[in-house]
Amino acid sequence: MSAALETQGLCKSFGALTVAEKIDFRLEPGARHALIGPNGAGKTTFVNMLTGVLAPSSGRILLAGEDITALGQAKRVKRGLGRTFQINALFRRLSVLDNVALAVAERLGVAPRKLRAASAHPEVRNESMELLSTLGLAGDAHHRILDLPYGKQRLVEIAIALGLRPRVLLLDEPAAGVPSLESHRILEVLDRLPRDIAILIIEHDMDLVFRFAQRITVLVQGEVLVEGTPEEIGRDKRVHQVYLGEQRHG
Amino acid sequence: MSAHAGGYSADPRIRPVEWLPWVLALAGFFLLPEYLSLGARILIYILYALSLDLIVGYAGIITLGHSAYFGLGAYVAGILAAKAGISDPMVQLVAAAGAGALLGVATGAIILRTKGLTLLMLTLAITSVLLEVANKASSLTGGADGLSGVVVAPIVGLFKFDLFGKTAYLYCLVVLLLGWWLVRKMIYSPFGTSLTGVRENSLRMHAIGAPVYWRQVLVYTMSATIAGVAGGLITQTNQFVGLNVLSFESAGELLVMLILGGVGRIYGAFVGPIVYLIAQDLLAKQFPEYWYLGIGTMLVLVVMFARGGILGIVDGLVARARTKLGRKA
Repeated sequence: MSAALETQGLCKSFGALTVAEKIDFRLEPGARHALIGPNGAGKTTFVNMLTGVLAPSSGRILLAGEDITALGQAKRVKRGLGRTFQINALFRRLSVLDNVALAVAERLGVAPRKLRAASAHPEVRNESMELLSTLGLAGDAHHRILDLPYGKQRLVEIAIALGLRPRVLLLDEPAAGVPSLESHRILEVLDRLPRDIAILIIEHDMDLVFRFAQRITVLVQGEVLVEGTPEEIGRDKRVHQVYLGEQRHG
Repeated sequence: MSAHAGGYSADPRIRPVEWLPWVLALAGFFLLPEYLSLGARILIYILYALSLDLIVGYAGIITLGHSAYFGLGAYVAGILAAKAGISDPMVQLVAAAGAGALLGVATGAIILRTKGLTLLMLTLAITSVLLEVANKASSLTGGADGLSGVVVAPIVGLFKFDLFGKTAYLYCLVVLLLGWWLVRKMIYSPFGTSLTGVRENSLRMHAIGAPVYWRQVLVYTMSATIAGVAGGLITQTNQFVGLNVLSFESAGELLVMLILGGVGRIYGAFVGPIVYLIAQDLLAKQFPEYWYLGIGTMLVLVVMFARGGILGIVDGLVARARTKLGRKA
């Protein structure tokens, strides 16, 4: 069975600086996988290559067995690759509903229509509202993003990505900037995500990583240091040395 | 008259207050017959500003070269009328629209690959190149002397352009009504909402699978088409084309009008040209040498104290009045 997402020998260099070195990575269908690593490990570069923001210097990216290395961002999304951003990338002056509806409309092919009003597309509105209800945001549907607390904005990030109904979802630090008292809400939402979506989470909050992920890949200086279950990673001395210090998990 | 934004919960029905400009325009026709030529000019500039608002206000594409499309439309209509013997105003207008569209798609496809200052400079370069082409091709355009001898036949064979500007005024009003209806329809459509998305965060639009570049090229072409029509109208009403239609000043003046009225509000494109052109008319009569000072002061005041333009001020006052009424109730 082909992986939901796979990279083979993925490299990226900026001149003499190599930021990704032959990364072989496999995300199984329905997996809950975490990518961790110290600052500057190349996690964001890796995600940017997966999503098409950056072109790899060499190597291949396969989505459900199909080579998507040469495809642009939009085409990867259409094939089922969704993402959230480490720093909120929302439509700040639009309502929460419109933020999600933009994604749903793109997926349903409604977005290019010009002569019928957007509000005359109840399928987009209803699906967006359902999604917001699932994430506990229905009451905020008509608020502007600007008027929303930060924690809820992080949930809208996830809602937009879910509006694309991805087969693979890349969550770039979904709890970044959220006070620890509120991050449990993010975890609750992550736990409830449909099981048929393969999720790769990049996160600094180790509690969240070890509670959420079934497998963890550790990236150091653009290379995969080790991959394993949370227990294996928690026991690995190399990981302790480069990343976790003496902290123990799992 | 608040900011008109589409969206999946926005009510697209025309509100009663939206009929006000049309009622005023008709009232102006009957009550101010001596100002009909200024009125026609204002109507044309409203259409021109509407085309600019579509890209600047809704799609977030900054330009200083919109006069390229306006000017091309003006010259195409003029050349057809003066050189090719095609006097039918509808044919001239369609040709002006087509020329605007062609130039829009050709230039948009190139310049929209860039952003920020580069994009701004490229828009400026396009209009400068066109201005120089029009200047040099004097056998066709009349060069610096302008293109005269523009003949415009009666509209649909019935309504002759008269000396008092009555036909021209109503003709421009009808074309503007069509342009407004189209732009308004588009703003409230899913396409319009996606344009707002591009303006707000193009990075995220890419990440939700939107073909951002093509959407921008499309709206740029639509905007250029409308600007071409406005250019065609100015030729037909003036029956003359001068190089000024292609100038940077013309594009800058239009941007000033839009900022004065309020960007991204549809009706900012109505208010801006009315205020600007009437102020220009009055100030130029009173202070022929210093009238730009008045316009400049007005712009500085708006930019410093009313970022939403004149309509932004109106919105603020209405919101304050509603709050007060709410408190009393």
